This record gives sequence, structure tokens and C-alpha cells, in this order.
Amino acid sequence: MTAGLPWGAMARLTGRRLLAAVPVLALVTFGMFAVAAASPFDPVRQYVGSGVGASAETLDRLRADLGADGSFAEQWWTWLRSAVGGDLGSSLSLRQPVTQVIAERLGWSVLLCTVAFVAAVLGGTVLGVAAARRPGRLLDRTVSSLGYTLQAAPPFWIALLAIWLFAIQFDLLPAGGLTDPGSDAVTAGGLLRHLILPATVLAISQLPWFVLYVRQGVLDALREDPVRGARARGLDERTVLLGHALRSGLLPVLTLIGTRIPELITGALLVETVFSWPGIASATVRAATASDFPLLAALTVLSAIAVLVGNLLADLLYGLADPRVSHDEM
Amino acid sequence: MTVRTLRTTLAATVALLALAACSAPSDGEDDGGGGGDTGGDGGQDSLVVGIATEPDSLSPLLGYGKDGNSKIFDGLLRHDEDLALQPALATELPQVSDDGLTYTYTLREGVEFSDGTPFTAQDVVFTYETVLDDGTHYPYRDELDPVEAVRAEGDHSVVFELAYPYAPFAERTVLPIASAEAAGGQDVNTGPYNTEPVGTGPYVLADWTPGERISLRANPGYWGGEPTVDRLTMAIIPDDDVRATRLRSGDIDAAVLPPSLAEGFADDEGMVTYNAVSADVRAVTLPTGNPVTGDVAVRRALDLAVNRELMVEGILLGAGRPAYGPVPTTSPWFAEGSERAHDPEAARAILDEAGWTEGDGGIRAQDGQRAEFTLWYPAGDRLRQDHALAYASDAREIGIDITVESGSWEVIEERLPEDGVLYGGGNPADPDFDLYGMLHSRLAGDGWNNMAYYANPAIDDQLDLARRTADPEARGAAYDTVQRELADNPGYTFLTHIDHVYVMADRWDGVTTQPEPHDHGLGHGPWWNVESWRARA
Repeated sequence: MTAGLPWGAMARLTGRRLLAAVPVLALVTFGMFAVAAASPFDPVRQYVGSGVGASAETLDRLRADLGADGSFAEQWWTWLRSAVGGDLGSSLSLRQPVTQVIAERLGWSVLLCTVAFVAAVLGGTVLGVAAARRPGRLLDRTVSSLGYTLQAAPPFWIALLAIWLFAIQFDLLPAGGLTDPGSDAVTAGGLLRHLILPATVLAISQLPWFVLYVRQGVLDALREDPVRGARARGLDERTVLLGHALRSGLLPVLTLIGTRIPELITGALLVETVFSWPGIASATVRAATASDFPLLAALTVLSAIAVLVGNLLADLLYGLADPRVSHDEM
Repeated sequence: MTVRTLRTTLAATVALLALAACSAPSDGEDDGGGGGDTGGDGGQDSLVVGIATEPDSLSPLLGYGKDGNSKIFDGLLRHDEDLALQPALATELPQVSDDGLTYTYTLREGVEFSDGTPFTAQDVVFTYETVLDDGTHYPYRDELDPVEAVRAEGDHSVVFELAYPYAPFAERTVLPIASAEAAGGQDVNTGPYNTEPVGTGPYVLADWTPGERISLRANPGYWGGEPTVDRLTMAIIPDDDVRATRLRSGDIDAAVLPPSLAEGFADDEGMVTYNAVSADVRAVTLPTGNPVTGDVAVRRALDLAVNRELMVEGILLGAGRPAYGPVPTTSPWFAEGSERAHDPEAARAILDEAGWTEGDGGIRAQDGQRAEFTLWYPAGDRLRQDHALAYASDAREIGIDITVESGSWEVIEERLPEDGVLYGGGNPADPDFDLYGMLHSRLAGDGWNNMAYYANPAIDDQLDLARRTADPEARGAAYDTVQRELADNPGYTFLTHIDHVYVMADRWDGVTTQPEPHDHGLGHGPWWNVESWRARA
């Protein structure tokens, strides 16, 4: 246990997951093409916009140009072959190559999600442990009921509330965007100021899950034999709580990290829209409603990868945290 | 033990205090300042505008700025405040041949694109030939349908040959001119010119972060003189409430808002509300193929039964006016005296006379045909939903049963021959643009034209005549006839023309609005001519 990390076992697990990811991604994109082909959305309607008196001839010509030929299975195969070759095609709805769409926006989304997620995990752990150590007391009751309330509150609503509070009432933080209006240079300080509100709102929308899971996990662990044994041996409360109870109480949380990734992504789409955060949200909505196959496929793959990586990370951590579990058996 | 209890209590107290702090001091120091004191970063040489929709491309070759005011580009012509045509990249209005088939534009000399290359007739030819090319995904090609050929005569003259006489053609030449040098030699549909436009306009693109904002800088070499407002930022904020909130916080200087949110700024000193009149009409299609809506008596009855004033007051909160046809009552082309008053009694009389007699539950019927039909609106469009429900309730008063349903356009499109739809659209530049597409029987059910399958030979004749005739008087007379014929056989029930409402910080002189089309955002609104604003001293 103290002999360092089991690098070999972790590498083997990662390798196995990488191999398994190939058929998963292929299947996910195949499903995406099938669903998008069956969707009622007319790409031309999205492309042209509303209020235009376009003739049937023009619409048909555009439809023929925008829609790919062949069945969705053939389209998928064509896409797959060129994607493997590194060519992701062009987004017709955004009039740009897909790689450009993603390169311009992905970094901002990743930044927002990472900061929010780390904040949610850390904040959730601290609050959860604090609540669990004295169950039923004021702090526990405050944290738990806040947790349940926030869990029910839609991120959109929290975002509006945060803007109203911090941008208007207190005039502390900017209400949206990446830079101050009228200036183009992205500076570290300016970025930080603009990141605080959206990241906090996104973190708060994820926080309740972690708070409630950690609280329950630690509570359960406090009642288990090892903890009671540790207390009986006279170890001080701090060591008992952080060294014993927290360690086994965190196990369910590690699994949670993997399963929260999809929620984080959908939450991020809403938060990005509200705060004019230049991530992939607007591109995703456009891609879906315009049946923009190349862009949609690339974004689907990205989300699938995020989920797979999240699960891998959770399993790696789980194996580290719980000595009974071997990476080689996962 | 006691230490722990103390710590817990402290932590809880801090948490509670934080909560209390959040809810208490709402109207302390901040509101005393009078709102908007910080105003973006304050300068009068910069303007930050909140818009709802982001353009997908900034290339005129895919339709950006095709109705003018594109900031980055100029057309051969431009519209002034009253929508009269003025020369822009042309030195004067075009010379039109007697047969109306040849338009000759003389171009301004010494104009340069923002990358320093000179503007010549080749750029004009390139722009028009590209948008008319079959391989270009230019959605508005039908607007240039009359163009048969474009050719340069020397460097500073361009000639358009039309396939048929088309009187309002010059209105279409507000189309922005792209640079042949910068936009040539790449895939027009997905190439870099879509995000890195090069134009001759008063502003140049400084930076575009998709989903966040578009930043423009004054073009120091602009042929019309460098704009005083040096920095123009379009912040992209899709949600109405968020846009209003950011305007309130001083983060942005101006925004397009729904009337209900604009009301919140009515008492703010330092903020001005602009109601721009528009040709943006809301109307109900009454399909010719449906036995109920195809009957002229039913159409006329519905036209009288609908309470337009109440819709303007109740739905638009006064920001709009009753519509009696596609041509707004504020337009010089409007046929004076063709207004119809709200008169449900007369509507009932018309139906009685036509043999639509009242049956079960107050719903009329004629020869076993119940007076009922379905009215669709696009899902999620609150404004059209409100109009549809008010319309159905007015119709119920005279014994016509309308079922209101919502769906996506893909669903609605298939029902158009049978069911009504709540239509929205309009372009104020020339009556031909709306009337021909909505009313001419040749275009019945053709794509997104004439969704009501309206057919009226008298109207067809006048529409064609008005296209062929150059004389404004004769055109006016033809459109008068069209509007009166339409009142006699209203194949659409026209409800309202909606005003587009903008709220803006009051820091500049020379701010006005143009009559606006249905699509508005970046190019329309009070900032349509921001390049000629003056900062207030």
C-alpha cells in the first residue's frame, strides 16, 4: 500500500479501456447518424432562416447540396473513413470546417467544465464531511436542506439569480462574455473575473450531488467497525474522520464522478448560453437542429470520449482508494 | 468537545450570515448612482449592443447583410432613414434603359478594401456571379431572379442585364460587395472568408468569438469618413431576460427587447426606448383548398370579426399597429381608406347571408359542412401563439371553430394546403417583395411563397403590371388596386405589424430608426447608421 502507485496495473486498465472505446465510439456515432436521419428537422429550414420567400426550386437545390446522399449507414461509413484519416469535414450550418469550429470553442468549454467540476468535487467533499461529523446539528441541517433545494433548482434559474445579485445589486462581477465589452484582449485577470460567475453556477448545479453523497458515505463509514475500532484505540477525532471515515466514505463519490460527466456537459450548455460563454454550446444546438451530420458526429464523439475518460478516471481512483479492489480485475 | 461545538456553531453562523448578506442590502449604494453610470467601459467612442441571434457567416456571398447596413461592407446603393435609395459604392442611382432591362452603375473611384486592395467593377461582378452560381449555398437567390448577366465596363462601371423588366431591381443592389481578391480561390460555402471578411465598409472586423461577441473597429480609411464611434461590439445574448439584465448592469449599452421587458426601462433616466416601425406582419393564412377558409364569405367575416386594436394593446403592449394587408399603414404605399373596423355584427350578417347558419353549440354550418379549421403556429413562438389564441377566440364569437395547434415547421409545412398557419414576415423596401410572393397565384404553394394558395386573377394582373412599370405613380395605383381587391377577398387575415423595440443608453446624437424588415438584429435597430453618430458633448 505504501509502495507507491500501481503504475503497471493502471496502465493495463487504461489500455483495455482504450481498446474497448473503439467499438463504443463506432456504435455511438452509428446511432447518432440513425437518430439524426430519423429526426424531422429539415436542414434547409435551419439554413435559410425564417421569413424568406424562397421558391421550391431554390429550396430543393439547397436540400440536395446540404443533405448527404445515400442511406444513413452509407453516410456513416463515409464519415468514419475520412474521420479516421483525420478529415472531419465541413460544418454546413456554421459555414466552417469542423476542426475550426471545435478548435475555436472547445478550449473555453473545457476550461469552464474543469474549473466547475473541481470546485464541485472539492466543495462537496468539504461541506459533506463538515455536515456528517455532527449529523442533525445546525450546520448539517443547513447544508443538507440547501443541497436538496439546489438539486431541484434549474441551472438556468440559478444563473439568472447570480447575474442579478453579483452583476446588478453588488456590481462585483461581469454578467457575461469573456472580456469586458469593447476590449478584445483576453487577459488572465479579466478571464478570471469573467469565469467566476459561470463556473460557480455550474459548480453549484453539480455540488448537491457530491455534498449529499459524501455526507452519506462518511456517515455510513462512521458507523462501521474500523472507525469504531479506531475511536476505541483512542485515535484523535481528526485522524478518525479524515484518515478512516473519509477514505471509505469517498468510494461512492468516485463512482459518482464518472456518472456526473454527462450532466456536467448538459449543464454547461445552459450556463454557456446564459453567460455568452464562447464554448461549444451554441454550435451543438445548431448542429442538432440543422441535422449538420459532420459537426454533430464530431461533437458526439467528443462527449462520448469525455464520458469514457470520466469513467476511467473514476475506476483508477477507486482502485487506488480501496485496497480490496484490483485494477486488473476491472 | 466544547471546542468542536464552538467551531460548528461558528461555521453555521458564517454560512447563515452569508445567506443573509445575499438577501438584504439590495437598494443601498448602487441605485443611488442613477443607473448606467459605469456604462460598459464608459467611453462615448464605443458602443456595445446586445443582439439575440448571431450570424452564421459574415460573408455577403452567403447572405450576410443582404438588406444593407452590414457595417463591414457597402452595397452599390444604400437606404437612408426613410428607405429612399442613396448611392454608396456607386456615385449615383443607376441609369435604367427605356425597356427596363439594362441597369448601369458608375462606381466610386479611389475606394479601397480594408486590406488595401482597390475596389473595382471586378469585385461587383465577382460578388453577383458568385451568389448566383449553382454551387453557392446562397438562400436568397430568388431575390435576384431577374438578373441574367453582370458585366464590367472598364474598372468603374457595371452593367446588369435583366431577363425581364423588374421595377424594384435597384432595391436589391444594396447587396454588400465582397472582395474578389480576398474571397476568391476558396470554397465559398465553408472557406475562411466566412469568418475573416474583408470589405469597404465603415467598420472592420477586429475579432469574433463565436457565441460571445463580434468586435468591430472603425475603418480609418473609410471613403465616407472615419466613424466617430470607434469601437462597435455586438454581444450575443440569446435570452431576452439575460439581455435585459446585462443592459441594466451597464455591461451593454443597447439591446433589442420584447415590449414587456422594455417597459422596465421606461422610467430610467439616461435610457431611451426606440419603437421602430416595421413591415413585420403577423397574419393567418386561409387556404383556398379548404372548404371553410376557401369561402369568400368566411374570409370576409373573419376579417371583420378580428379585434386588431385589442391585439396591439393586449399582446404587443401598444408596440405595433393593426395590419390590413402586407403593406403597413405607416408606409407611403399603403392604400388610404382600406382599413376595416372591428365589427362582429356585420361579420355575422355576412355569414347568415351566405348560408352559414348557427348549429349545435353556436358553431355555424353550411350544407353539412361545419365552420371549423385548424390553425398552426411554430412551437415555441410566444408572439404567434398569443396571436393565434386571440384570433381563435374572436372567431368563436361569430360561430367559427378554430383549433389552435403548435408544431415544428417541418410538420406545419405538410398541412399548409388544408390548414391555416400564423405567418410572419415582411420587407418594407418595396411592396413587390411581400405582395408578389404572398399573393401571386403562380407562386401558390411554391416553396415558402403564397402559403395560402391565394388565387385572384385581378391581383395577379396588377402585381405583374407593377413589376413591369417604372413610373412610381402607375405602380402606386396598381398596388392600391391590389390592396383593395385583397380587402374584398381576404385570403389572409392580417392581424398586426409589430414594432421592434430597442432600449439604449442616451449618449449620442443622430440616433434614429429605419422602417424594418422581419429579420432584424445586427444591421437594423437604432445602430443602423452608427457610423454617422456624434458623441454628445
